[in-house]
Amino acid sequence: MKSIKFAAIAGAAVLSIAGVSHADTLAKIGESGVITIGHRDASIPLSYYDDQQKPIGYSVEICQRVAEAIKTELKRPDIKIAYQLVTSANRIPLLANGTIDIECGSTTNNAERQKQVSYLPTTFVTANRLMYKKGSGISVIADMKGKTLVSTSGTTNIKQVTQMNADKNLGINITTANGHSESFLMVETGRAAAFAMDDILLAGLIATSKNPSQFEISKEALSVEPYGIMVRKDDPKFEALAGGVVKDLMKSGEINNIYSKWFLNPIPPKNITMNVPMSPNLKKVITNPTNSPDPAAYQ
Amino acid sequence: MNYNWNWLVFFDLEPGATGTYLSYLFGGLGWTVMAALASWILALSLGTLVGVLRTLGNPVLEKVCFVYVELFRNVPLLVQMFLWYFVLPELLPPQMGDAIKQMPPPWASLVPAVLCLGLFTSVRVAEQVRSGLSAIPRGQKMAGMAIGLSTWQVYRYVLMPIVTRIILPPLTSEFLNCTKNTSLALTIGLMELTARARAMQEFTFQVFEAFAAATLIYFMVNILVVLLSRRLESRLRIPGLIGSDSSRITAGH
Repeated sequence: MKSIKFAAIAGAAVLSIAGVSHADTLAKIGESGVITIGHRDASIPLSYYDDQQKPIGYSVEICQRVAEAIKTELKRPDIKIAYQLVTSANRIPLLANGTIDIECGSTTNNAERQKQVSYLPTTFVTANRLMYKKGSGISVIADMKGKTLVSTSGTTNIKQVTQMNADKNLGINITTANGHSESFLMVETGRAAAFAMDDILLAGLIATSKNPSQFEISKEALSVEPYGIMVRKDDPKFEALAGGVVKDLMKSGEINNIYSKWFLNPIPPKNITMNVPMSPNLKKVITNPTNSPDPAAYQ
Repeated sequence: MNYNWNWLVFFDLEPGATGTYLSYLFGGLGWTVMAALASWILALSLGTLVGVLRTLGNPVLEKVCFVYVELFRNVPLLVQMFLWYFVLPELLPPQMGDAIKQMPPPWASLVPAVLCLGLFTSVRVAEQVRSGLSAIPRGQKMAGMAIGLSTWQVYRYVLMPIVTRIILPPLTSEFLNCTKNTSLALTIGLMELTARARAMQEFTFQVFEAFAAATLIYFMVNILVVLLSRRLESRLRIPGLIGSDSSRITAGH
């Protein structure tokens, strides 16, 4: 009798733990009084450090609006915003384990990642392209035969070029680097012939480099990459709240102001202008917000 | 914790279509072993030389060796890796620098990694050899000289045999450190075991499985080294000599 009772209590305890597998970010923020925003260090102009090591950028600003909305929703103006640097490799694990509450960088939305995390409506559409030095004779990926291609570890780009290289037998020597700045350094010093990355990030790295005119971005796009802000999976309340903020920005047209601030005007730290007008793909997304992982939805 | 365990992920094919993730990790082990052995050979030869040179009593040699040892000992290994990989080609004349930079991966990463790790470990071996030589009573060297042996012969026939037996345990530690330090080469692009475990984690999101496998493999390799080293110690033992019996303190003469 006693052992059955014990088993019943233990069973109920285990089941209740299993039951609490839904993340509840709003409750966590309420309890801790802190919203932790995950950001990048060199994803210009979406999420990067200015010269004071403060995180700024297009995605960061959108997340700051979300944070304000959370403070209003919870009626807690005392809630603080903390910033946590993440990398391509650790952004998903840190989101899943609760170190960050929202990831505001340059993260591609795809079906595989949606098994681990959820995305807010797409806020930017980019394409995977090659960057190389002018005069290197490279213009399409097939020109890379026998040459060294670098990409950043933990990105969709490295996975994609590895698979492409194997499927199409391109004969490229693929190497990885730990961050976007390092990958760029490898092309700059001549260790790698090209760097495969999302074109907006390439444009940002080139614009802020010592000698921008020596680099070129390929016209050929290897894939279409929709960027979205990441939040934890199975947390409908938080996703609805944050997603609602993004949708409102798009409906009201405020997103266009944020876009011009970061893509069409001079930005810190060097006051360079990216000069990237809004692509028709992004305009389409703004009229019809979506967080679909399917690249076809963005063509 | 919402973690989705999947131990069968080792049988999934890795994106580069070279085989399963398991064979991918074992390929990485091959690179780790190659890098470790190559750097160890470099470290042992150079380190023994430098350690011996420091004890010869020549003040110029001693200063040179001192500078060499302190230079490589006091800079973090990771910084040294970056210096060898990124900075060295820029400092050399343009032709040599370009030739180095055109080396295809993985040799482009392996060669600087082996040189860096070899030199870093060599200074630690040099210090071990120097302490081993200082531990031998002065009488040994003097007796050797007294019976007419040249300096080279004294070292070759009297001192080095004793030193080798004394420093075998700490040398094993150095070799284990050397093997573990090969993982730092992942920062310069060498796809050894740790780099491949990370790549596997990034492609599959199965972080625990990937790193559990890497941990187990490193552990097995290192235990093998320890067992081999113990066997070597027992075979080389000269009874009655200093350092021959580590479980009893014997006074040497």
